[in-house]
Amino acid sequence: MVEISKAPDGFEGPGFLATRLDKAVGLARANSLWPLPFATSCCGIEFMATMGAHYDFARFGSERLSFSPRQADLLMVMGTIAKKMGPVLRQVYEQMAEPRWVLSVGACASSGGIFDTYSVLQGIDRIIPVDVYVPGCPPRPEQILDGVMKIQELVENESLRRRDSEEYKALMASYGMQ
Amino acid sequence: MVQLNAQEVADRLQAKFGNKIRHVEEPHGFLTITVAREAVKDIIQWLYDEPTLEFRFLTNCNGMHFPDGTEKFGMVYHLHSLTNNFRLRLKTFTNEDPPVFPSLTPIFKAANWMERETYDFFGFKFTGHPDLRRILNMDNLEGWPLRKEFPLEDPFRKDKDDAMFGR
Repeated sequence: MVEISKAPDGFEGPGFLATRLDKAVGLARANSLWPLPFATSCCGIEFMATMGAHYDFARFGSERLSFSPRQADLLMVMGTIAKKMGPVLRQVYEQMAEPRWVLSVGACASSGGIFDTYSVLQGIDRIIPVDVYVPGCPPRPEQILDGVMKIQELVENESLRRRDSEEYKALMASYGMQ
Repeated sequence: MVQLNAQEVADRLQAKFGNKIRHVEEPHGFLTITVAREAVKDIIQWLYDEPTLEFRFLTNCNGMHFPDGTEKFGMVYHLHSLTNNFRLRLKTFTNEDPPVFPSLTPIFKAANWMERETYDFFGFKFTGHPDLRRILNMDNLEGWPLRKEFPLEDPFRKDKDDAMFGR
């Protein structure tokens, strides 16, 4: 039998499984992430390879890319973000509904990379909070998949109330968001 | 059709604008003429209108900054006569800061964004430009990035220091 996804811990009997609601919700969310690709340069090309048949991003439940931030769960920032692009990225993030996660793919998105210059944002974490960073210049598709699996781990295990927590509110406030 | 040659173009400019022509040279076979700033717009207009020359395409124009030169700031214009398949480079210099040049927008629509770009990176002013504001850099950037004194690296970055990055 093909195991589509590992069942959460719980009390199991013939024909039923009793588990915690947040486990069930986490399982559902983690395996049906709708990513919003924000691809600005070569890392975006690697992402296209990741979406292709060989690496098949769809295996992880992310078949459907969302090109509207309103329906997206995961913002994937791939590539150099110029300072002029910064407000656009921030607006895209603000338009996403909770719960939302951010994956920063590649050296440029994570730190500015080789572009240590006046016109390039030195890491997207200067304007939006980031959950997982993927290093590499550009990272291979395996690394991007690894980053997404790390996000899935977060999604599966985080408390449904995490986003009401004081820490989360403080984090948002530090970025000047609600 | 008679092929237009560099000597002829230089001679005709010399005859028309004698005292405004500062320097004529031909590096790599590319006719390059340095002219007085106050005459640059008239010269380009004349080159545009003159029936056998017809320099009606502005390939590019941009600023120059030579901090150690006798004249620090300059503009360079690349003109192309499509009917003659002939290219011409015009230069003009000034020491004023900020430098003011005449806008070419009444002659070439293409000059609009090129002059905005020059303003954006060098801080040059263009009299007669309809909408002189930054075009490529973010609006709240301070300073003029392509002037030689502008620091290349992001000065707000704290995690890179001299020991590791040779700043």
